[in-house]
Amino acid sequence: MSAVAMTVNGKAVTGDVDPRTLLVQFLREHLRLTGTHVGCDTSQCGACVVHVNGKAVKSCTVFAWQLDGADVLTIEGLAEPDGPLHPMQEAFREHHGLQCGYCTPGMIMTAIDMVNRKGHDLDDPTIRHELEGNLCRCTGYHNIVKAIAAGAKAMAKGHVQATS
Amino acid sequence: MSATGIGAAVRRREDQRFITGKGRYTDDVSRPGQCHAYFLRSPHAHARIKSIDSNAATALPGVLAVLTGAELAADKIGHLICGWMITSKDGSPMKMAPHPALAHGKANYVGDAVAVVIAETSAQAKDAAEKIKVDYEVLPAVADAGNAQADGAPQIHDVAPRNTIYQWHLGDAKAVEAAFKAASHVTKLDLINNRLVPNAIEPRAALAEYDAGSNSLTLWNTTQNPHVARLVISAFVGIAPEHKLRVIAPDVGGGFGSKIFIYPEEVVCLWAARRVGRPVKWVAERSEAFLADAHGRDHVTHAELALGGEGKVLALRVKTIANLGAYMSTFSSSVPTYLYGTLLSGQYEVPAIYCEVDAVYTNTVPVDAYRGAGRPEATFVVERLIEVAARELEIDPAELRKRNFIKKFPHQTPVIMTYDAGDYHASLKKALELADYEGFGRRKRESARNGKLRGVGLSTYIEACGIAPSQAVGSLGCGVGLWESAEVRVNPTGTVEILTGCHQHGQGHETTFAQVVSERLGIPLDNVSVVHGDTEIVQFGMGTYGSRSGAVGISAIVKALDKVEAKAKKVAAHMLEVAEGDIVFADGKFTVAGTDKSAAWGEVALNAYIAHKFAGQELEPGLKEGAFYDPTNFTFPAGCHVCEVEVDPQTGESEIVAWTAVDDFGTVVNPMIVEGQVHGGIAQGVGQALLERAVYDKDGQLVTGSLMDYCMPRAHDLPPLTIDLTKTLSPSNPLGIKGCGEAGAIAAPVAVINAITNAIGSEDLAMPATPQSVWQALKKAEGMQKAA
Repeated sequence: MSAVAMTVNGKAVTGDVDPRTLLVQFLREHLRLTGTHVGCDTSQCGACVVHVNGKAVKSCTVFAWQLDGADVLTIEGLAEPDGPLHPMQEAFREHHGLQCGYCTPGMIMTAIDMVNRKGHDLDDPTIRHELEGNLCRCTGYHNIVKAIAAGAKAMAKGHVQATS
Repeated sequence: MSATGIGAAVRRREDQRFITGKGRYTDDVSRPGQCHAYFLRSPHAHARIKSIDSNAATALPGVLAVLTGAELAADKIGHLICGWMITSKDGSPMKMAPHPALAHGKANYVGDAVAVVIAETSAQAKDAAEKIKVDYEVLPAVADAGNAQADGAPQIHDVAPRNTIYQWHLGDAKAVEAAFKAASHVTKLDLINNRLVPNAIEPRAALAEYDAGSNSLTLWNTTQNPHVARLVISAFVGIAPEHKLRVIAPDVGGGFGSKIFIYPEEVVCLWAARRVGRPVKWVAERSEAFLADAHGRDHVTHAELALGGEGKVLALRVKTIANLGAYMSTFSSSVPTYLYGTLLSGQYEVPAIYCEVDAVYTNTVPVDAYRGAGRPEATFVVERLIEVAARELEIDPAELRKRNFIKKFPHQTPVIMTYDAGDYHASLKKALELADYEGFGRRKRESARNGKLRGVGLSTYIEACGIAPSQAVGSLGCGVGLWESAEVRVNPTGTVEILTGCHQHGQGHETTFAQVVSERLGIPLDNVSVVHGDTEIVQFGMGTYGSRSGAVGISAIVKALDKVEAKAKKVAAHMLEVAEGDIVFADGKFTVAGTDKSAAWGEVALNAYIAHKFAGQELEPGLKEGAFYDPTNFTFPAGCHVCEVEVDPQTGESEIVAWTAVDDFGTVVNPMIVEGQVHGGIAQGVGQALLERAVYDKDGQLVTGSLMDYCMPRAHDLPPLTIDLTKTLSPSNPLGIKGCGEAGAIAAPVAVINAITNAIGSEDLAMPATPQSVWQALKKAEGMQKAA
């Protein structure tokens, strides 16, 4: 077994895990943070995207023990329990950027990372290119692209920012 | 229209949990003491199972049981079934082979489950499965539909000589024969409708728990229709009586048809949970889903269209071989027959149609309904034929369509269906305007200046939705009725719970169903909750597929609301001390006609329960009504999609540069959600046309068995979409709803192929139109031009 200690959504967490435990399994099965999803086994779908030390990472591609000491942000940590939603969450609802909701947490975490790297003025081709690592089977991406463009702008207005 | 009523683009109420990570999908549910199942699957497409040695696996730490088809048979667990009986043209019933949940004696496709390991952790179960020794005698296999009936093809099931499940036909062969003789032009096409893997992003999962105290079982399952699952698992598989089995379909991450069916894995989890006395969970890995989820489409077709003077369509003749895979899945038999042959009239007056379909077994994953189910295949046949005929006759494809459109309704086609309402000219006209069809020539010249080939393709599709009138489908062999149920529970405080037999897995019922109730009762949306997906709470229902939840599910709610209103009026009459006939209900208020005396909705609800104003003998206390709604006809959504592409002749790459969709869905409850459904359907259709194909090699190995190998549409594969609507009301249900869930997937593939073939000047192009195949088609066409 491997001992792991990291910060998840601002809280210190520890665990004693089988060395083959992936970050996504640690989050879902040990911490019961089931908002991060698993949609594939080849790192294609992006349903498991979280932020590790401020950068988007597919949590199916790293072992939990590799992230000893890391700062991890998941979909559950984007907004305070009783506080306002993160502008990117709000934008997905406003622009109907989700249907079944399964790819959504990964999409939102990817979208925020995209804004962090590319700024607040994202055009259609940029967003589509940046979404290469995230699959959605429901929406045809049309409204996801709209939601990300609007969310990016809303983030510039000084709403709650991702804390990691 | 109220701000939250029918027609309002209300933001979805269910989104709060999904955007905050609080959705609750099957794999998010965990039960105390749960253990995990892992399925060992056949690596061979066709093999006799000579022996299974599980001693080494059983000895590993954490392993609770290794179970095989032998134990399943010993416990007398029944087979999975196909619920729609198709009769061959010679009068014989379809040849349904036994389908045990774990292969017994023989494995019939790569992925056929031969054993299950139950262990403390999923990793331990997976490790143990590697230690199971299966002695296979590998047999020759056939994967291709076109080869399944050949002399000497491997025989898969004893009950089906030449692997033929049925040889079905529909229509009037003699009338068609005569029309072809009289035709001035005949267009002929050989078409392959490529095999697809549905790939809902949430993999299938099951969690089964046995409660010894009540001798009952609970199943959490990724299903689109929990009641049908319970019925089949009880009545046919015989796991538990219906009243001792609870099926819960919590949040489900997309279905597209693939989660309609009753699969081996949930049966095995239920059976194993009772055997080991612990809750058992199984979650598919994606690569496993490729081998275990029903695939879609897979037709080989020859089709001919007879035309007379002025391009009038005289007759249509279609011969299709449909691959149903190694076993008959739950509704597989209906897809290439009554969901396909009956739509071959398209939007056109076709005097005579004859369609023959052979369904065959192959050593591949079972094939069943996938978004559109039969109707995309029919649309592909009809719309390719009409487009190619127009090009051959040098008539504008839009003009040829217009000349043949059905104009009067109701319209009886030669293939069973009675179209109830539509205006095909209106959707075509609007789509052509929005797409600037007239300006295409100019854009084509601009593209040519940039070294690109531009093409435009139309698809004027029709579908039969609102599935389905029970009597009609019963007469065609369906084993169940396809009505829907609803219950409206009004609480004493006036808040309302709507129980529905439909199930949402992306469609937004928690919003749209509440909109209908909010408008009807004049109460805020927040005072309405929609309850679904649990057989212990909702008495019965048929689930969600076939674009049925609006046309059938909402109609059931409307019927129950009618009863609630009638009862509430009686209560109000007692409160206001007038005759029931004097009460008018509007805007959430019961008013005595012609006076200012009234009672608010909440007061009437409370009075129904306190029952102080009326004697319980004359009027029962309470306010709760249920309804079963059985439609009188299918609904017929239709429309026109226009696809414009640019092809790079150097690389063969096709880029969709514009997409216009104008659909007639009748009444639209929430236009935002309807647009979203169209977007998603188009994406799946574009995926079929450009990217997706499940490929089997000659030995029956699935070559495209992961997301690394099977090309799913990504954001950059799709263009921004222009979506609009026309409206004719369906006369077949109270609100005039037609349904929108499948339209995009039905309309899109042929629009893309019509556009690319228009661009490259060759009709010889199969799906998916990859750069390689487009380039080859171009070169072939150039070669033929040179030779000529």
